[in-house]
Amino acid sequence: MRKLFRLLFVALCAALPALPVGVFAQMRIDVSGVGATRYPIAVANFVTDNRVPRQIADVIRNDLVQSGAFRLVEQTGTLSESANIDFPALRSRGADAVLGGSVSRLADGRLDIRFQLSDPVRESAMGRSTLVVSEGDLRLAGHQIADYIYEKITGQKGIFATRIAFITKQNNVFRLTIADWDGENPSVALRSSEPIISPSWSPDGRRLAYVSFESQKPVVYVHSLSDAQRIAVANFRGSNSAPAWSPDGRSLAVALTRDGLSQIYLISASGEGAPVRLTTSSGIDTEPVFSPDGRFIYFTSDRGGAPQIYRMPATGGDVSRITFGSPYNVSPRVSPDGRTLAFISRRDIGLVLVVRDLASGSERVLSDGGREESPSFAPNSRWIMYATRSAGRDSLMAVSIDGRTKQRLSSDAADIREPTWGPFSR
Amino acid sequence: MKRSLTAAVALSLAALLAACSTPTPLEDKGAPIESRGDSAGAGSSAASAGIGDRSVRQLDVANDPSKDPFNDPNNPLSRRSIFFDFDSFVVKDDFRPVLEAHSRFLVANPTRKVVLQGNTDDRGSREYNIALGQKRADAVRRAMVALGVAENQMEAVSFGEERPRNSGTDESALAENRRVDLAYQ
Repeated sequence: MRKLFRLLFVALCAALPALPVGVFAQMRIDVSGVGATRYPIAVANFVTDNRVPRQIADVIRNDLVQSGAFRLVEQTGTLSESANIDFPALRSRGADAVLGGSVSRLADGRLDIRFQLSDPVRESAMGRSTLVVSEGDLRLAGHQIADYIYEKITGQKGIFATRIAFITKQNNVFRLTIADWDGENPSVALRSSEPIISPSWSPDGRRLAYVSFESQKPVVYVHSLSDAQRIAVANFRGSNSAPAWSPDGRSLAVALTRDGLSQIYLISASGEGAPVRLTTSSGIDTEPVFSPDGRFIYFTSDRGGAPQIYRMPATGGDVSRITFGSPYNVSPRVSPDGRTLAFISRRDIGLVLVVRDLASGSERVLSDGGREESPSFAPNSRWIMYATRSAGRDSLMAVSIDGRTKQRLSSDAADIREPTWGPFSR
Repeated sequence: MKRSLTAAVALSLAALLAACSTPTPLEDKGAPIESRGDSAGAGSSAASAGIGDRSVRQLDVANDPSKDPFNDPNNPLSRRSIFFDFDSFVVKDDFRPVLEAHSRFLVANPTRKVVLQGNTDDRGSREYNIALGQKRADAVRRAMVALGVAENQMEAVSFGEERPRNSGTDESALAENRRVDLAYQ
């Protein structure tokens, strides 16, 4: 009998860590719309021996198509990085670029990935490179090659190798989940029977700040992803919420109610020291976010009677109102390039995502769902991810900054909400 | 014998599962805080950990729930939610007797503490709703201070829109979610 128990114990413990992955089996992406110009590219299957588990070219193709900036030109068969390319045939199919490569296994088990991007019109190489990765990182390598192509061709950094974090809710279980930018490859950083909201990546991409209600009130944590260690950095009397990282990663702006109504304070990311109060208003101040240069904090306040977005120096004082024209403007986010303010605004159809050019003040509505919330910029400032609700389910949308391409990340089994886009990987 | 063996296996499995989950300390294990008066069943989980003849049968001895002021529907202490109008932070007169009853109880029992949990409907920003829920919880706190309750017996916090009582979308559902819950510690 005892032996049976021991066997069961081993079997159960082996099975348990694998369980959460099944949750995401039904997660899916739907892409709609395309960019103004789509660059035609052929991505050949890479040359491999048969011991490589998946075709890396599929990852690259998916990334390029989902970006809305590329269109795939048919390419059958494999093509290595050093093969002679039939340029006239590619030209006749309209390809402006072609990618070939190979994957081979090194003696230590790692994979050696070589690739070359070529120009069929000039009949010359546009660039070539090599990656050496462990087998588990094959997908990441595909994303990195897609980033390489994106940057070569558009001149802008790609976001295919970045990660996102979001909250799933399924059967009243909340999971703080980390995934590739397209929702694939998910892993759970925190599971709780109480809500988790407002996750935010540290600038170094190693930690997340978030609000957890596990102790029956909102408390702000900073959570290190690799070792699951965390600190309650704001656990004061009342409610602690809305964490936003300073660009240097040393401090967080948060909303605290320790002195009454919600006000904005600065705390250290290590949880040490006393909070420094930054706002002193007779209304609600919340949802702080730093400008990328660290000089300003944008935030939501109803000091004028209704919630609007304001700006102040990062040390406090001297507040100026930024938004007008709607009785409800909330959830400000500044693009990493500092040019654009994204926020949620109540308009005729409901709550929508609006972007405002900070230099000219011109505004544009980027969504039409009417139940939008929690925008988050991609690190290249070219995409905004946000949460929306339709047909009784929360899902995520990513929209290109020109509004032309959208993709939805959804699951039939779970609500997905509170997206936050991680920084470029280093 | 067969029956008790089955029970023992089930219990052992539960213990094994618990053992499996211990290496992940970050998983939330906090049970919701309830009023002490809510726990009607005393000694509810007398786990019989033995095998065979050493098994122990569980006996439940419950308080008479109707004698507990928190559960007696005729006692205002059994009402522990204050509801608010849309976009309002004013405690309505209808709830005056409820707050008076709780305030009397807290004044008479100075060691008891209560958390005032503010809630909103799900319209708008989650974070702004945390701040709005806090405003409701603070309104209840101030009303109870005026009724003589010591500040250190109360903490006002907010769940914003995160803990709806009714997940519906019509106005009556939303109205159930605009509330402050009194949670005794």
